[in-house]
Amino acid sequence: MDTAFYTDLLIPALNRGLIMSIKLIIPSGILGLMLGIVVGTLRTFGHPVLRKAANGYTAVFRGTPLVVQLFMLYFGLPNLGIYLDAYSAAVVGFILCSSAYHSEYIRGGLLSIKHGQVLAAQSMGFSTFKTMCHIIVPQAVRRALPGCGNEIIYLIKYSSLAYIITCIELTGEGKIIATRYFRFTEVFMVIGCYYLVLVTFVTAGLHKLEEKLQIPGFGTIG
Amino acid sequence: MTQGQGPILRVENICKMLGGKKILNSVSLSLNKGELKVLIGPSGAGKSTLLQCINFLIPPDRGQVWLEGTEVQHHRKRDLYALRQQIGMIFQDFNLFDHLNALENVSIALRKVKKMGRSAARERALAQLEQVGLGDKITLYPAELSGGQKQRVSIARALAMDPKIMLLDEPTSALDPELIGEVLSVIRDLARGGMTMILATHQIGFARTLADEVLFMEDGRIIEQGPPAELLAPNARTRSRDFCSKLDELYEENL
Ligand SMILES: Nc1ncnc2c1ncn2[C@@H]1O[C@H](COP(=O)(O)OP(=O)(O)O)[C@@H](O)[C@H]1O
Ligand SMILES: [Mg+2]
Repeated sequence: MDTAFYTDLLIPALNRGLIMSIKLIIPSGILGLMLGIVVGTLRTFGHPVLRKAANGYTAVFRGTPLVVQLFMLYFGLPNLGIYLDAYSAAVVGFILCSSAYHSEYIRGGLLSIKHGQVLAAQSMGFSTFKTMCHIIVPQAVRRALPGCGNEIIYLIKYSSLAYIITCIELTGEGKIIATRYFRFTEVFMVIGCYYLVLVTFVTAGLHKLEEKLQIPGFGTIG
Repeated sequence: MTQGQGPILRVENICKMLGGKKILNSVSLSLNKGELKVLIGPSGAGKSTLLQCINFLIPPDRGQVWLEGTEVQHHRKRDLYALRQQIGMIFQDFNLFDHLNALENVSIALRKVKKMGRSAARERALAQLEQVGLGDKITLYPAELSGGQKQRVSIARALAMDPKIMLLDEPTSALDPELIGEVLSVIRDLARGGMTMILATHQIGFARTLADEVLFMEDGRIIEQGPPAELLAPNARTRSRDFCSKLDELYEENL
């Protein structure tokens, strides 16, 4: 077996790509979830106008392929005078897309919270905004966490689409080498292993987070 | 009107339609400082709706609310939030915040609404929980408390805001019989301590001994009101009396 291909070529390239992937995933994951919480809350409890807007937003970003969204951001926006580099376009695309999915899990979480708690908070002088921030959303997020975690795992994998708009991350680096040396099977198998490791780490992290947020009465985790 | 003279709370001609039905039909009442008025009446009479109209959790279609002689302008958010801080409300099913332990349930409004510092809020919450006999349960979450304990936490939570009035909506109706006593005893202490309250309840015996006045509600109106000794006297010919003897019979059947 030709180890030099791995040690000198493939692995360094994939490591470079891995770093780019992580740079894509972390801000997209965190900001996507935060935006998802806002969108989900607006969709559930927002002013009717905002509710419509948030529903429309979700319909668009869940209803169109992520590739199309990325193309629009990278190739379409310049027509409006907005220029995003490939990395920014990818991150923005991932945030918008994943927040639309997160919002659905959050909405489910919000709907599972008993309305009486809203009344109790308001009866003590909480504004609607404070009721959401301090009482309802913290509970809804706990209930939505398994679903949101799932979405973050998806994000790790669909972050590979960034290479299509020339942001060369893990899959992109691998694909360049695979094409140049025509060694698709082994290259993509190694890429697969990289993703598997990444997902395993994130899964463990999410599990830790669930444990940390665990409260009696909010279901149990193993 | 000068403060301290007139009633602390005055509610006039409250009307509310819900789902195309007239739920409250021009209800008026007034409450003097230190008074306990008991609201009785069959299920569906509109008791909960009335109580929630007083602090505008349900905005009435018509009618006014005066607190200490000042008409509440409930369309002004700031006025509304200020009003609600002065009116404590206790719900039938407790409505504790499930993600917060007993202490945090009591302290969160102190911190987020009253802007109290963390340690001052904590101290106040602790004192309030001790007052309702839960000083040793402060770290437990709602899911770990009995119904009676939950209701006592919710009373502590309301009292911590230093309300001028308390509205209690059937505070013992969701409790197992053996847990009713502990909650009633907290309410009794409040009444004796001079707290101004409106209490919706089916605990007629309790009402009889503590109420300054009984309000009997049916089909969205207060149809009878007066001191319990008159309204509920064994020979009184009142709807209230009929209703209460029915409740008594039910209670005896259950024994
Ligand atoms: N949101 C609502 N929409 C339609 N009808 C309602 C609503 N809330 C309460 N009602 C009706 O109003 C009536 C009074 O309810 P409620 O105030 O809860 O009575 P009580 O507390 O005396 O049992 C009931 O007939 C109930 O069905
Ligand atoms: Mg009721």
